[in-house]
Amino acid sequence: MESSILTLMIFFPLAGMITVFCLPSQAKDLIRWTAFAFTLPAFFLGIWLYQNFDTTTTALQFVVNVPWIESFNIRYFVGVDGVSISMILLTALLCPICILASWNIERAEKGYFALFLLLDTAMTGVFCAMDFFLFFIFWELMLLPMYFLIGIWGGPRREYAAIKFFLYTMLGSALMLVCMLVFYFQAGAVEGVGYTFDLTQLPAVAQHFQAEPLLFGFSLPQIMWLALFINFAVKIPAFPFHTWLPDAHVEAPTAISVILAGVLLKMGTYGILRVNYPLLPEETFFFAPYCLAALGAWNIVYGAFCALSQCFTEPKDLKKLVAYSSISHMGYVMLGMASFTPQGINGAVLQMFNHGTITAMLFLIVGVIYDRAHHRRIDGFGGLASVMPVYTGVMGLAFFAAMGLPGLSAFISEVLCLLGAWHTHKIPTLLGALTVIITASYLLWTIQQMFLGKPREEYADMHLSEINTRELCMLAPLGVIVVVLGFYPHAVLDLLDVSLQGLNEVVLSASTSSPDAAAVALR
Amino acid sequence: MDHPLLVSYLRWIVLFPLLGAVVNGVFGAKIQERFGKNGISIVACAAVGLAFIFALRAFFQLTGVAPEERYLLDTLLRWIHIGSLQVDIAFAVDPLSAMMILIVTGIGGLIHLYSIGYMHDDEAYWRFFAYLNLFTAAMLTLVLADNLVLMFVGWEGVGLCSYGLIGFWYKEHANTTAGNKAFIVNRIGDAGFTLGIFIIFWSLFEAGHGTTAVFRDLSQLIHHLEGQLVWGIPAATLAALCLFVGAAGKSAQIPLYVWLPDAMAGPTPVSALIHAATMVTAGVYMMARMHFLFSMSPVALGVVATVGALTALVAATIGLAQFDIKKVLAYSTVSQLGYMVLGVGVGAYGAAVFHLMTHAFFKACLFLGSGSVIHAMGDEQDMRKMGGLREKMPITFWTFLISTIAIAGIPPLAGFFSKDEILWLTFSGGHPLLWLIGFAAAGMTAFYMFRQIFMVFFGENRADEHTKEHLHESPPVMTYPLIVLAVGALFAGFLGVPPALGGSNILEHWLEPVFAGGHGGGHTAHHHVEVIEYVLMAASVGIAAVGIFLAYLIYYRRSVSADTFTAVGGGVPYQAVFNKYYIDELYHATAVRGTLAVSWLCSVFDRNVIDFIVNNVAKVTGVIGWAVGRFDHYIIDGLVNGLADVTFGIGNRLRQIQTGNLSIYLYVIVGAIAVSQFLPRVGADILFPVVIVFLSLVIVVGIALWLSTRRIQWRLMLTKEGVSELR
Repeated sequence: MESSILTLMIFFPLAGMITVFCLPSQAKDLIRWTAFAFTLPAFFLGIWLYQNFDTTTTALQFVVNVPWIESFNIRYFVGVDGVSISMILLTALLCPICILASWNIERAEKGYFALFLLLDTAMTGVFCAMDFFLFFIFWELMLLPMYFLIGIWGGPRREYAAIKFFLYTMLGSALMLVCMLVFYFQAGAVEGVGYTFDLTQLPAVAQHFQAEPLLFGFSLPQIMWLALFINFAVKIPAFPFHTWLPDAHVEAPTAISVILAGVLLKMGTYGILRVNYPLLPEETFFFAPYCLAALGAWNIVYGAFCALSQCFTEPKDLKKLVAYSSISHMGYVMLGMASFTPQGINGAVLQMFNHGTITAMLFLIVGVIYDRAHHRRIDGFGGLASVMPVYTGVMGLAFFAAMGLPGLSAFISEVLCLLGAWHTHKIPTLLGALTVIITASYLLWTIQQMFLGKPREEYADMHLSEINTRELCMLAPLGVIVVVLGFYPHAVLDLLDVSLQGLNEVVLSASTSSPDAAAVALR
Repeated sequence: MDHPLLVSYLRWIVLFPLLGAVVNGVFGAKIQERFGKNGISIVACAAVGLAFIFALRAFFQLTGVAPEERYLLDTLLRWIHIGSLQVDIAFAVDPLSAMMILIVTGIGGLIHLYSIGYMHDDEAYWRFFAYLNLFTAAMLTLVLADNLVLMFVGWEGVGLCSYGLIGFWYKEHANTTAGNKAFIVNRIGDAGFTLGIFIIFWSLFEAGHGTTAVFRDLSQLIHHLEGQLVWGIPAATLAALCLFVGAAGKSAQIPLYVWLPDAMAGPTPVSALIHAATMVTAGVYMMARMHFLFSMSPVALGVVATVGALTALVAATIGLAQFDIKKVLAYSTVSQLGYMVLGVGVGAYGAAVFHLMTHAFFKACLFLGSGSVIHAMGDEQDMRKMGGLREKMPITFWTFLISTIAIAGIPPLAGFFSKDEILWLTFSGGHPLLWLIGFAAAGMTAFYMFRQIFMVFFGENRADEHTKEHLHESPPVMTYPLIVLAVGALFAGFLGVPPALGGSNILEHWLEPVFAGGHGGGHTAHHHVEVIEYVLMAASVGIAAVGIFLAYLIYYRRSVSADTFTAVGGGVPYQAVFNKYYIDELYHATAVRGTLAVSWLCSVFDRNVIDFIVNNVAKVTGVIGWAVGRFDHYIIDGLVNGLADVTFGIGNRLRQIQTGNLSIYLYVIVGAIAVSQFLPRVGADILFPVVIVFLSLVIVVGIALWLSTRRIQWRLMLTKEGVSELR
């Protein structure tokens, strides 16, 4: 029973999808409540998982490992360790909230909620899968509902956004598929491993690759690292693979934006930790300064500047601003990961969790005002603090959390990322640390334009109603988490620390075999 | 110092104000509705009052033990324990922080009381007190933190409250702009602060003797920084300079002082509490707390001292020409903070902290006094419209006068002792030029402060009739705090009477356990009196007297016209000073404009370069898809059809091989065996690339095909009609 918890978490939503399909499409409320009910078990199982997770071991827990397609030795292999636990919990937390946020969906509710539940299954599956093939299947499975959710229920340019999202992701998937097959065939050639997709066995394969330069002076494993990295970089999204994100966010309905920013982006960095780090540790160490640290810092700076530009250039879309701020904040994750210090890597995964909660709040907040005013122009409001004081209070919490204000969760993770990264990458860290100024600028400017000042004439009589109970219900849990993790980050850090330090060890010990490792270690 | 006294009540010093903030912040609107404004003020003032009581308890516990044991520690919560970073939410009291918490809760408490009167007519009364309590909690966290990271929490916390309170009346655009400016300028300092922490932490780590962010351990380990380099610069120097950037932001030093004058947009009690007595001194406090680091780097100290002295002078010159009663005080604050920073820079940490304390008294009193005046004048802040308020507002006048004499540096009031100690230690520390700058600024201080006194309280009242009728002294809840603060301004100086005047400098001795070992101890250790000290003392009093006399002539007797001075050099110097040297304009034209330009460029690049490439790649793929579709139709299908024909033809031909000739059969069999023997020798090194290339091709072609064929169907699905069809 205990070991099947992950399977239950993955497939409960799928059962929900089938149930929703069986309901008559006129029974809209019933569909909503059913969908909500089928996301709750994962949430409660998540709480149980949190309490019963053994924080003292790097080993996989709650493992199910059974043959699936035996002729290719593909296995249904799921498990959880410190790398994935926080992401599984985040998914389980955000999905019910997103169902609540989807209450206003007005077109083809049945299809929407069914697809959403399928998405839930796929996301949880990605974080649980320990078989590369299974991982790939869930990864692709996620794409399908996401494409339709944006493409059908999105805004005016939904078609463009959905296709852009789809193509970007397909590009990455193709690369990952090839790498996966190379691993599979190479494993078949390695004594004592044999053909397998098992992510826990594949690390033994990497050293059997030929080290000679193959293409442009890169060896085969290096090319594979880059191919995998590009796949994950699309999801993060790292510059220059990021432009699908602002479009997708602007067009997607609120709940889908929450999932996109809250969970999907994390899959990029999670994938790097899950696949690149253990499978190709030497290459990870080799590429980290460029692909993770430098690019991460660039993400931070570039995302922040692009977000700032939303304050004064058309279309002045609040959602676009938040999307760019996501790009900026994911840069901290990359920078922290690249440091190979305990602070950096812990900070990175904590930042993934914190960004998931904070950015979810931000998108929900945007959704609240969009539902009322039917636009999101930053310069289109003014004085909302007088009209919607409670809403403004919640907004203040989320915005200042996004700013990394001490006492709130993101502060801990950002400082850990930067502190850890300073040891190994000083210039990128310097850029990251300086960007807090820009971050403060665009968030404060937005607050000033939207919430302070005098209320606009046009909204004086077109009364914007105060945030309602349903909306508070979806924001309050996130707000509480943001505050609590600011003072007690170990609620999450304890889950991560052992596994992540183990991962660090893997990379660092692999790197000591390279000649200049001694010099690097001294840095 | 080896064994801190473990206690468990220090947390309440922080938690009570925090609790008050939460209660008033969350339930304030309801409390105000149900119990009236008194309910709010009771919660807020009780919170600070209780904190004050616990602060007193800590103070008396410290006095009860031997000087070297004066260190209380209260660990509240395990906070961040990752690798070698081990920091807790822990509060520590040593003589320095004991003094600070008494100032914060004591003077802060008085300002809370004063606010009851001042804010009485404001609708958002509860919000004001919630902010005020939150500020107190954050400031106390900053002061009590036992490590750098927790100090940073308080550091940004006070910044947040400052932002909220500057823009308290948020319906005015100018107020919120001032709040933004304060927060963003402080963020520059904050970036410096964090980088300073990183440098200290990792440079210590690399030195190999362990690392920490806890102050007590840092003071023991810091000497290992010796010889560590970052980018070829000594780590201690770079770290100290980074921390100083933080201090310059918070304590409003050149070049980051620009936010403080604008911060006067907030309610006056806020100006008194945050922008005079407590928050702005945080930078000085932090540098005093990290004195062991600053003392390691003469270069950093030199920079600190120079910046401090220049700030004192520049701000004083601007103060000469301002007409807004609060702006004068704001520039005066910047100038006085310059003195404190100068004190730190010359290693006179004790003197800097002493000035911090006396300044808290007289500047809080001045601000509250100005608030009392503004209140009476119906929110008028222009001194040109005031005058003659002496009779109408006697308590305000006398307390204001006492504080002005104190800041002007007339003995035996507080400001004389503290400012003079800094100046003397600057001179005796071998910085005669910096002394001269500080000396000149002292004269200006006396001038502009008495200019204010004469313009506000003497002469004819220049307000309109309506305002004149309503002139009145403020209620007791506002005047009592003024009296207490004025008493402080009168007597606080006696805590630091130098040996030269027969005192024993009580405060210096009190702080000695903190600064022992640093250069600060070295400076004050020698107690021998020099003649030059008396000469300089007399000179400071002299220049203050000159400043006062000048103000008297110009603004009271009016025997000298102010125009004689403003016209100097064709009015250029006056215009420069009056317009604050155009620094705001300069920053706006460079830093602000520059940032916005970069940001605009980034977004243009994003839309017009990256998206251009992406969209065109998509288009090209579409074209390829179309081409492949045509290829499929004409070539492949053609081939297949052709193949069928060819197969038919070959079959026809092959029939002719079936001759029954055994030798031909044999040739065919041998040939087939030969080929089958050769094929398996094609190794993995060839097969892999072939497989990879083949698979990639299949995928790319597949996508393209799919795109080209599905295109029409997508259109259908994604339009409304399509959706309804789907349903």
